[in-house]
Amino acid sequence: MTSRLQSARQTDSIFRTEDLNIYYGNFLAVRDLSIDIAKNSITAFIGPSGCGKSTVLRCFNRLNDLIKSFHIEGKIYYHDQDLYASEVDPVEVRRQVGMVFQKPNPFPKSIYDNIAFGPRLLGYKGDMDELVEQSLKQAALWDDVKDKLKAFGTDLSGGQQQRLCIARAVAVQPDVILMDEPCSALDPISTLKVEDLLQELKEKYTILIVTHNMQQASRASDYTAFFNVEANSKGQRTGYVVEYERTEAIFQSPKQQATQEYVSGRFG
Amino acid sequence: MTAPDFATARRPGSLNRKPTSPRTLFASAMTVLSIFFTLLALIPLVAVLAYVLANGLSRLDVAAFTQLPPAPGLGGGGFGNALLGTLLTVAIAAVISIPFGVVAAIYLSEFGRDTRLADWVNFFTNVLSGVPSIVIGAFAYAVVVLTTGTFSAVAGGVALAILMLPTIVRTAAEALESVPNDFRQASIGLGATRLQTTLKIVFPAAVPAILTGIMLAIARAAGETAPVLFTASFSQYWNTTIWQPTATLSRLVFSFATAPYPGQQELAWTASLVLVALVLVTSILARLVTQRRHK
Ligand SMILES: Nc1ncnc2c1ncn2[C@@H]1O[C@H](COP(=O)(O)OP(=O)(O)O)[C@@H](O)[C@H]1O
Ligand SMILES: [Mg+2]
Repeated sequence: MTSRLQSARQTDSIFRTEDLNIYYGNFLAVRDLSIDIAKNSITAFIGPSGCGKSTVLRCFNRLNDLIKSFHIEGKIYYHDQDLYASEVDPVEVRRQVGMVFQKPNPFPKSIYDNIAFGPRLLGYKGDMDELVEQSLKQAALWDDVKDKLKAFGTDLSGGQQQRLCIARAVAVQPDVILMDEPCSALDPISTLKVEDLLQELKEKYTILIVTHNMQQASRASDYTAFFNVEANSKGQRTGYVVEYERTEAIFQSPKQQATQEYVSGRFG
Repeated sequence: MTAPDFATARRPGSLNRKPTSPRTLFASAMTVLSIFFTLLALIPLVAVLAYVLANGLSRLDVAAFTQLPPAPGLGGGGFGNALLGTLLTVAIAAVISIPFGVVAAIYLSEFGRDTRLADWVNFFTNVLSGVPSIVIGAFAYAVVVLTTGTFSAVAGGVALAILMLPTIVRTAAEALESVPNDFRQASIGLGATRLQTTLKIVFPAAVPAILTGIMLAIARAAGETAPVLFTASFSQYWNTTIWQPTATLSRLVFSFATAPYPGQQELAWTASLVLVALVLVTSILARLVTQRRHK
C-alpha cells in the first residue's frame, strides 16, 4: 500500500484519503481507499460499472451529502484540512472543488447567464463580460458562441453543452475540477476536443476524471487508479482500488493480473 | 453460423400493406369506433356552448358591461358590478392563495421531501380538494362574515382562496418536481446553497408550469357559486370598498336565471356567456404559457 502511495506522491498532493470506507446505509460501496491526488495533474479513475468511481469522486466535493444514507469512515484531507470535519461548510468546499457531470447539464438560461451564475453567487465584483469571455476561451467554446451569448445554453450541441459546463465550472476559479465520465455522451470529435482541453486546464487546475474509455485514460491522464468490485459473503458488491500508479505504468507494466486484464480489454 | 440459415429461411416477401388483412381491418374498425365515441363525448360541451351563445348574444352590448342590474320587471341595465365583483373576489383569492400555495409546494418538493410533515401536508391538500365547495363557503361565512359582521368581497375571496389552494399546491409541487435533478446538482456543485438553488434555478424553471396551474385554479374559482353564495353574497350596487356585500357573475346568474322577468333572464344568459368566455380565455392563456416553455 505504502509503495503505491509513494509513487503517486511525486508532486504535492491536493487530496489524501486514509482508510476510507464509503457506505450507503449498511451497504459498503467502497472499502480501504488510501490514495493521494497530485496537484496540477490529471488523475483518471477507471474500472467496471458499479465499482464506486462516481461515489469516490463525489466524496471530494461532498456532493454525496445530498444522499441521506451516505456516510464514510476514515479520512479525506484536502490540503491537509479534514474535508469531513464538522466545522467544514460543504458549500465552501464546492466552491473550491468544481464538478462536471456525465450528462451535460447547462441551466435553462442564456449561455452568458450559465457562466455568470457561479461568480454571481460568490459576489464577483470584477468585469463579468470579461470573466465570461475568459471562461469560454478556457473551455475552447468562445469561437463557437461569441456571437450568441444570449442564446439558450440548452440549445447548443451536446459537445458544446459539455464545454459550456466546463466553462461554467472554470468561471468560479476553483482549485480542483471533478469530471464524471464527461465524454460518455459525446461524439468522438467532441471527445477529442474535451481531451485537448484537459491538457490546457491542468496548468491551472487539478483534474480528477472518471472514464470508461481506456484510450482516454491512457492519452489524457498522468495517474490512473484502477477500481474493481468484489462480492463479499453477504453478496454486497464492494469496490476497491486494485492499482494506482502513473498512467504509463498502469497501461504498460501493471503489477496486478486484474489490471493487466482490464486495460488489455479482456474483462469489464 | 446461424446468420446465413436465417437469411435463407426468410426470403424478403412483399412489404406492401394488405388492405384486406384481418389486422388492417381490425385497426380501421377500432379507429372509426374511437372517433365516434370522441365525437359523442364532445356533444355536451358543444351543446352547452351553443346554447349559452344563442341565448346570451342578444344582450351582449356595452350596457351589459357598464350598467347596474335593472329593477325587477324592467329591461335594459347590465351586470357591471357583478363583473367587477368577480374580478375583485378572484383577485383577493389569488393574492391569498398563490403565496401560500407556492411556498407550500416549494416545501413539499425541495425541502420537505420524504418528511413526516410533507406527508401530512400532502394528505390535507388531498382532503381539502375533496371538500364540497358549499362547506368551504360555510366555513368562510363562520370565520369571516360572522366575525366582521358583514358579507364582503374579502369573505368571498377567502372562500375562493381555500378552494384554489389544493390545485395550486398540487400543480406547483408537480411543476417543481419535474425540474430535472441535473439542474439542482449543477447548481449545488457550483457552491450554491439549497435555498439559492431553489430560488435561482429550480423555481424559474418551473414558473411556466406553476402559472398554468394558477390560471386553471383561477378559472375554476371564477365560476364557482357555492362559496360566494353566503360570503360575498349579492348587491345591486357598485362596490366602494372590499368590505361590503359584493355581486359576482356566478351569483347573478343564480338569481336572475330563475327570476320571473325576461329582462333579468336575458342578462343571466349574457352573464353566463361572459363567465364561460372568462374561463375559456384563462384556460387558453394557461396553455399558451405552457407551450412557450416547450418551444
Ligand atoms: N444514491 C445511492 N444509494 C445507494 N447506493 C448507491 C447510490 N449511488 C450508487 N450506489 C451504489 O454504489 C455502488 C457504486 O456506484 P457508482 O459509484 O455509481 O459506481 P461507478 O460510478 O463506478 O459505476 C453501486 O453498487 C451502486 O448501486
Ligand atoms: Mg459512475
